[in-house]
Amino acid sequence: MDELIKYAPDLGLGFLENVKLSVVAAVASLILGTILVAMRVSPTPVLRAAGTFYVNVVRNTPLTLVLAFSALGLSDQLGLVFSETPLTNSFWVVAMGLSAYTAAFVCEALRAGVNTVPMGQAEAARAIGLTFTQSLTMIILPQAFRAVIAPLGSVMIAMIKNTTVATAGGFLADAAAVMKITFDTTGASIPIFLGVVVAFMVLTMPVGFFAGWLQRRLAVAR
Amino acid sequence: MTENGDAPPLVQLENVNKHFGALHVLKNINLTVSRGEVLVVIGPSGGGKSTLCRTINRLETINEGKIIFDGQVLPEEGKALARLRSEVGMVFQSFNLFAHKTIRENVTLGPMKVRGVPRAQADKRAMELLERVGIAAQANKYPAQLSGGQQQRVAIARALAMDPKLILFDEPTSALDPEMVQEVLDVMIGLARDGMTMVVVTHEMGFARRAANRVVFMADGQIVEENTPDEFFTNAQTDRARDFLSKILTH
Repeated sequence: MDELIKYAPDLGLGFLENVKLSVVAAVASLILGTILVAMRVSPTPVLRAAGTFYVNVVRNTPLTLVLAFSALGLSDQLGLVFSETPLTNSFWVVAMGLSAYTAAFVCEALRAGVNTVPMGQAEAARAIGLTFTQSLTMIILPQAFRAVIAPLGSVMIAMIKNTTVATAGGFLADAAAVMKITFDTTGASIPIFLGVVVAFMVLTMPVGFFAGWLQRRLAVAR
Repeated sequence: MTENGDAPPLVQLENVNKHFGALHVLKNINLTVSRGEVLVVIGPSGGGKSTLCRTINRLETINEGKIIFDGQVLPEEGKALARLRSEVGMVFQSFNLFAHKTIRENVTLGPMKVRGVPRAQADKRAMELLERVGIAAQANKYPAQLSGGQQQRVAIARALAMDPKLILFDEPTSALDPEMVQEVLDVMIGLARDGMTMVVVTHEMGFARRAANRVVFMADGQIVEENTPDEFFTNAQTDRARDFLSKILTH
């Protein structure tokens, strides 16, 4: 227990990085995932193919490899630099990789939601003269979102936990990295281990409850 | 009240053919709809009535032939097609009200987003139309809170809000409980009296007799007979039509 109290400030700072990564990746992956699903249901074959290709490649690649590719491939080899400060740079590299990875899952959850919206809704939208983009953004996606809030919550929970592999993208300041560094000096400590687990549960469980509550509250009656 | 013989027809179908795979659902359809005319399309299920109705605003594409609306060949896609659709109202069998929007929003969405009408003006017009179809008191409810008959009347108000030149009715009463059919038909008869051009696919023979200017009988993807309602119901010219009428009118 002493180790946990002693290292709590360091672990806390590390955990704060997980929270920051989570917030950035949540926003970015929801936006990118929505764009991807728009591509996948669009009438343009090229866009559909591109969306499908992206989802299948990214979803089936291990996250550690996506992050390693972001760091080594995009950042080191191709010179994509977000900041001169190495730690800040690696934060954004990891945030980008995690967002790109999570977006594929957001896209698929949303696509399941699109399939719950009856065909007649799109036909009625087209019949009053809405364009494809208008009927997608005003009629189809709002109903699709509401149908899959709970599954999207699960995607977000997985994403929050995935912030612990940020090390793979060279970001060595998150709670998991701090925990490992701590273990290297003190030896493995069950209290520290449990402390980090509890911290994550405090973050993820409300996400799950909130998503479930929101899903019920916003459910579209048919 | 309807036959202005010299004016070009509002809708003109020329040699229209459509296939669903091996199935030939529309066979060489030639049909015109004049301005102000109420055209009722009847016939057995699977005869191509709904498909015909849906080709007129291109919810169904056609394989051959030509459809002209208001002097223009139907655009294939994009903005031009959206503009055409905004001038052709459509009322569906299953209502298809936007489930996540209130009754009022269902009616104002088209005018605001397609025509750019300011909200206040769209709201005012929506309430007038909802008043006209007798649903004004429900304006802030959601579609699922209304009965089928009420939903269908809202769907008619939604179509009217675009000030369409034509309204297509695709079996508007087929999904309704029997006691709700009349309230929808009453609204439709009112529209017909006001001179709205209507194409109505229906099994409601009473409506056809009371409101139609012309009846088109379709079977097996073809227009088998075209006549005035009186002539058609009392003195059908083809065996196919007589056979159909004997089946539905004896019950």
